[in-house]
Amino acid sequence: MDFGTFLWTTFGAFLTLATFSFLYKDNPFYKIAEHLVVGVSAGYFVIILWHNALVPLLFQRLSDGDWYFLWLNSSKPWYWIPAILGAMMWTRFSRNYAWISRWPIALYIGIAAGLAVPLEMANRVNKQLYASMAGVINWGNFWGQDFLDVTSGYSQVIIFAGAIAGLFYFFFSKAHTGAFGGVAKFGIWILMIGFGASFGYTVMGRISLFINRIQGLGFWGEAAFDASNPNHSGWFLAVFWLMIMGIAAYVAVELVRFARQKA
Amino acid sequence: MNIFDRMMSLDRRWVFLFLAAVCVITYIIDFQIPIRVENEVKTIHEFIDTLKPDEIVFIAIDYDPNALAELHPMCYAVMEHCFRKNLKVIITALSQNGPGMAEQAIFDIADSVKMDREYNGVHYKGREIRNGIDYAFLGYKPYFQLVILGMGQNFRLPFPTDYYGTPLDSLPMMQGVQNYDQVSGVIAIEAGNIADAWIAYGQGRFYFPLALGLTGVMGADYYPFLNSRQIFGLMAGLYGAAQYEELADNPGLAKDGMRIQVYAHLVIILFILMGNVGYFMSRSEKKRQGR
Amino acid sequence: MRRQIPLALVFIFGVFMIFQYFVPHESSEWIYEFLLDWIYIIGIFALALGIWSLIRVSVAKIKARKANWGYPIITIAGLFLMILFGFTGYRDGSLGFHFMTAEGLSNPMFRNFFDYILIPIQSTMFALLAFFIASAAYRAFRARNVLASLLLVAALVVMLRFNPYMGPIGPYVADAASWLLNVPNLAAKRAIIIGIGLGMVATALKIILGIERGYMGKG
Repeated sequence: MDFGTFLWTTFGAFLTLATFSFLYKDNPFYKIAEHLVVGVSAGYFVIILWHNALVPLLFQRLSDGDWYFLWLNSSKPWYWIPAILGAMMWTRFSRNYAWISRWPIALYIGIAAGLAVPLEMANRVNKQLYASMAGVINWGNFWGQDFLDVTSGYSQVIIFAGAIAGLFYFFFSKAHTGAFGGVAKFGIWILMIGFGASFGYTVMGRISLFINRIQGLGFWGEAAFDASNPNHSGWFLAVFWLMIMGIAAYVAVELVRFARQKA
Repeated sequence: MNIFDRMMSLDRRWVFLFLAAVCVITYIIDFQIPIRVENEVKTIHEFIDTLKPDEIVFIAIDYDPNALAELHPMCYAVMEHCFRKNLKVIITALSQNGPGMAEQAIFDIADSVKMDREYNGVHYKGREIRNGIDYAFLGYKPYFQLVILGMGQNFRLPFPTDYYGTPLDSLPMMQGVQNYDQVSGVIAIEAGNIADAWIAYGQGRFYFPLALGLTGVMGADYYPFLNSRQIFGLMAGLYGAAQYEELADNPGLAKDGMRIQVYAHLVIILFILMGNVGYFMSRSEKKRQGR
Repeated sequence: MRRQIPLALVFIFGVFMIFQYFVPHESSEWIYEFLLDWIYIIGIFALALGIWSLIRVSVAKIKARKANWGYPIITIAGLFLMILFGFTGYRDGSLGFHFMTAEGLSNPMFRNFFDYILIPIQSTMFALLAFFIASAAYRAFRARNVLASLLLVAALVVMLRFNPYMGPIGPYVADAASWLLNVPNLAAKRAIIIGIGLGMVATALKIILGIERGYMGKG
């Protein structure tokens, strides 16, 4: 790692700690990081959209035309039509002309809705219902396996009954009384187990995000002291200790402020 | 105020500090934990392991930096496995900041693959991986459902050029590669609802083998698709990434992170138990006082 | 006419897309590919709306000198610097502006801004959630009734499944977690997936038939 990269890594570490400082309280360092990421993220997206989408899909297809004919003499001049339709979307901000934006929106919504109907029906509903029933009607699953084996017929019955009961609880609009209510009660029990499993996974997911930040800061610290790096010099350590002293100074100021408040 | 009331009114910043301290101390202390491998991850590893050289794998890197912690280790492990097996890789990044994540992964793995290494007792000679020959990075396009559908007709429909502006027809590895029919399988590493699009609009329409790498938050939600065989494998969260690293014998950030994860979970469980003990003791105290 | 034509467009294209799913004929495929090709381009302009919105709001805050008006300057500066770096790059050894070719994507400053500004801040913002979930677990996760207790037990089993310090019960906890994820959790999530699928199909049909018109806005 060269010194330039180490300076950038240090800046990244500073921004990481600035963002973490929000846990103590909202402060200018956090606000700077928050506003910076919004701007940089938007700028990044503009560039990606330009180079990856607009240029290859539109400009390159019109590039064999001449600008003084507005590229209408290119081999594919019809690509002007989706460009104009797309530009019509920008009238959304105008009070008088916002109705023009409905045409391209209608085109997109119609296509998306039409695609969704068969594909979502097939993949979210039909295949899931089929999978629920296939395990139950295969009698071979009920013999020769442990009761708690995931592939056993008994587990498949629980899956089938649980899925139907879950739908009884939240999808069908009949009141939860009598036998229907009993099935709905079983359904909410199954749903609660599912939500518990999701919570367990969510805890793992969130903690992982923090662990990665610790690893990132650890990597920065290791780079500062990595004598095996051929580019390593005293400047690495100087930058590292400058940053540590800055953090210590901020913590000291906050502790003094906290002590004064208490007193 | 008794001790249970004090517990209930504890400033949350002490909770933050305790969790942070446990994680940092666990990071500093060097130790390993065993990783138990589950079937849903094993199937993905076996799928890639049994492919022949020059077969094509499609890796969709559809996540932003906010999911980097769990998905980057997964992506690195899978990608290095593919390149070590001399497979060709097509990469897309259908999320907003995905191209940056994909490019970082490609550069880091390219450096790693240059070195001679031994995994699972097999010696792999270092080699250079070349853009357009060993991999094709197609980049980003908006509206992922339509892009996934479009690639099923022809990759050139949504991606006439690659990320760097090179026409797909001039990339050697894309010669004769039209659509998913020429691809052995798709490994989609996802952080949002693009996963649903790969299942419904991709696998549901074109029937290619699909495996998912997901964040922990989404992990539990995709077991039905595994059961219905719409996906053949599932890696969920840091634990899924650690399992893949274990299978590939390529320890990385995931295995390192799991040892911290174990203690962090014990801290969360402690907080849950403390909270419940405090709640029930406070409640019975109030009942006793007739409140 | 301002509402009738968009409704007609939604109906025509929606019905065509449903129709073409079942019709593998060449003509149907040709129109389908043609529409997809156009929609990619239309979609790019729609996404640019968000960027314009951000610039408009930030400039308005700066002009009005509202509280903390200095921070939107940082946002605008970050935005324009990224755009500047994304359009500058080296070709044949010299630095220049390149709009129609992608040298900017390889600009070291463009990459450094992504790697050392965007990644640390965005990933750290989500890392804050780890602390909030710990605080929420302490303050709000109560086994008040049977259902909450069921949720709690399921969560504990899933969280402990990879813990190597469980002693002799460790493998049983891991097996129990595996069964929990692959059986009752699967059943619950399947119910949710089917419910969502039916809801999505119903909403899509309502849009195509013109019953649902929220996308058109007012007027």
